[in-house]
Amino acid sequence: MEYFLQQLINGLTLGGVYGLIAIGYTMVYGIIGMINFAHGDIYMIGAFNALICFLVLGYLGITWVPLAILIVLIVAVALTAVYGWTVERVAYRPLRGSTRLAPLISAIGMSIFLQNFVLLLQGARGKPLTPPPISGGFTLMEADGFTVELSYLQITIMLITVGLMTGFTLLITKTSLGRQQRACEQDMKMASLLGVNINRTIATTFIIGAALAAVAGLMVTLYYGVIDFYIGFVAGIKAFTAAVLGGIGSMPGAMLGGLLIGLIEVFWSAYFTVEYKDVAAFTVLVMVLIFRPTGLLGRPEIEKV
Amino acid sequence: MAVTTQTPAGPDMPEILKKAALAAVVTFLLACTIVGIETVSSTGQLVFVTRYSEVFIAVLGVFFGSIAISLMRAGHPVPALIGSGIVTAVLVGALLLEESSSLAHMLLPFQSVTVDWGAAIVPAVICIRAAQLALQARNRRRGVAERASVGQQIGVAVRRFLPILAIILIAFAIILPWLPMGASKRKVIDIGTLVLTYIMLGWGLNIVVGLAGLLDLGYVAFYAVGAYSYAMFAVDFGWSFWLCLPIAGMLSASFGLLLGFPVLRLRGDYLAIVTLGFGEMIRIILINWWWVTGGPNGINKVARPSFFGFSFERTAPDGGMTIYDLFSKIFGTEFSYNPYWRIVFLYYLILACALVTNFFTLRIRKLPLGRAWEALREDEIACRALGINPTNTKLTAFACGAMFAGFAGSFFAARQGFVSPESFVFIESAVILAIVVLGGLGSQVGIVLAAGVLIGLPELFRELKDYRMLAFGIGMVLIMIWRPGGLLAHRDPTIRLNPRNAGGGGKP
Repeated sequence: MEYFLQQLINGLTLGGVYGLIAIGYTMVYGIIGMINFAHGDIYMIGAFNALICFLVLGYLGITWVPLAILIVLIVAVALTAVYGWTVERVAYRPLRGSTRLAPLISAIGMSIFLQNFVLLLQGARGKPLTPPPISGGFTLMEADGFTVELSYLQITIMLITVGLMTGFTLLITKTSLGRQQRACEQDMKMASLLGVNINRTIATTFIIGAALAAVAGLMVTLYYGVIDFYIGFVAGIKAFTAAVLGGIGSMPGAMLGGLLIGLIEVFWSAYFTVEYKDVAAFTVLVMVLIFRPTGLLGRPEIEKV
Repeated sequence: MAVTTQTPAGPDMPEILKKAALAAVVTFLLACTIVGIETVSSTGQLVFVTRYSEVFIAVLGVFFGSIAISLMRAGHPVPALIGSGIVTAVLVGALLLEESSSLAHMLLPFQSVTVDWGAAIVPAVICIRAAQLALQARNRRRGVAERASVGQQIGVAVRRFLPILAIILIAFAIILPWLPMGASKRKVIDIGTLVLTYIMLGWGLNIVVGLAGLLDLGYVAFYAVGAYSYAMFAVDFGWSFWLCLPIAGMLSASFGLLLGFPVLRLRGDYLAIVTLGFGEMIRIILINWWWVTGGPNGINKVARPSFFGFSFERTAPDGGMTIYDLFSKIFGTEFSYNPYWRIVFLYYLILACALVTNFFTLRIRKLPLGRAWEALREDEIACRALGINPTNTKLTAFACGAMFAGFAGSFFAARQGFVSPESFVFIESAVILAIVVLGGLGSQVGIVLAAGVLIGLPELFRELKDYRMLAFGIGMVLIMIWRPGGLLAHRDPTIRLNPRNAGGGGKP
């Protein structure tokens, strides 16, 4: 029971991170119907930005942890959002209105480019963040020599995730920007006829997606303590799986899918073999898709004749 | 043809400067951390080194480049011509003077001479384009649709000469090993073999993506199944290549069916993620099922294929005949051991395999099954209404595509003599898919061109080393922007029932 509780905490933490990345996939898919393969690499860039910010802050002598994290959050998110915007501007906007596969190939090219860009400039070795800025935690339970621990870091991650999700939901449901986004999702041509600036809406979508991915990158930098140029690919596939599992195009679905993927991964590693955790995640995805071909919270596709 | 005539007004300088300043600011924000600060591990601690000369050069380059391009677009190519001409002259001059001259190092702080030259190409291209515009009185910019239609026109034009082009290409491929190439002969044949392997994979995937319209991101899984099945049969049972080839094809095809069943109800992007997951699953299983597959170390010492029982070794194993003995006997003159023969044999082997794939695709497109694939790609609901069984149609497409990947895989294992999970990562699937899309969906000759561009060119530029993949990624983006429909874009149905009434082909 204690073991189970500990895994549940770990799984929820990891799932929150996947959920944040998955929102980027789902938003872009909802609006322009493309798989943004470079999104995982945007998240990797976010992690590197966060790491570099921490280093510079340490050099400047800012060591009070809440302030440091706040500064890193703002700077790394802003810089990564510029990456999101640039990628859209350079690789996807010129392709708007062409075939469905062209942006996909362009995105794969962009992903290869970003990975090698960071590899060349920062090197292939894993970058450790030492010492970890946040350590320690509460002991929730203690039984049979096994302690259930909720670290301060996990609390921070959960708080940031929940806060961002609330803010994001408000943004989508209450503001005019969210209304424009939802309008584009429904029917882009109609929305543009009614005065929605399509290019600006899509650019904003990419900026928001990249910002959320950057937060995820910051949290992973804190959580694992080591990052390298390749983390984006693995996390990108997981988050994309999460988005599809929840029903691609659905925001609550992305969060639910992220949590599920995180939980499956952690529980499978805890109770079975750690090597096959990705296989387990994909198998669950296939199982769900067989019974619900549009994902858990996806709307069934209407067959237009 | 929409020709917009430019009114010859003065350039809107404040606007242009604002745009250039924005571009420069964006470049600075992009570069200030990742480029400007390098993280270095020293004695367990992470420290950083600043690298701001690169950032400064990038920002300056983007600022002036943006002004030049804006001026060109506004119909004033002469200032851009002069400015970019000076920059090009300085850069090229510095590079020509001496490789290690301090000027070149200050202007272009890269580690590779090729990359320095590459950086000099950017202003050179702007310069040439400006010169071209200055010569042309009318300035015409093309939108995506028009660019695509130009691709379409080229596709149609090339299509008329396709039979001739195909014969020329095949003839060239056949005589390639006999052309006088001196010392680089072996390298050229190796690259040719590699390109032909990707052409075959591209033609195989084209059945799934190009004809049946099913987006498959895990094609490399079938390639892996083919490679591992040959390697395992050859090592564990000592079976010959020619026996294993059909077995590998059948095994891969059955894996195609296995993947096909659960995903039949899925559409488009759901299919994409499931196939991607399938590819990753196969790779993870290959790594972790080590007592069968050898784990991350792979399988070593896979037997090389023989020429119908005549080996290419110096001395044939267990008393058989070598190919040299055979040829000596037939022609009466002495042929001695020559390792070049095996390479040429492998080259012809993959050429034959690729031609079989091509022939199969061309023929099956005209059969009811191939026409059902294309119909399914265009409109699934209409197909069902007409009584085409989508289940069987999709499954056969998956199985056929997978079978050719299996053949290519066992050839790969035979050529390398070694297989490991390293060779079957997602990026391979992406490259094969990119070949199909860059070639223009469904175009057989287009795939040959795309494989040449994507596989052949980077191989020739091996000296770029680390920058090779960087250029590969940016190249994929640029080709897509330049030609969104692929190099040879045409998407007409293979057969038209009433050619006189048929308009332009397919959807835009």
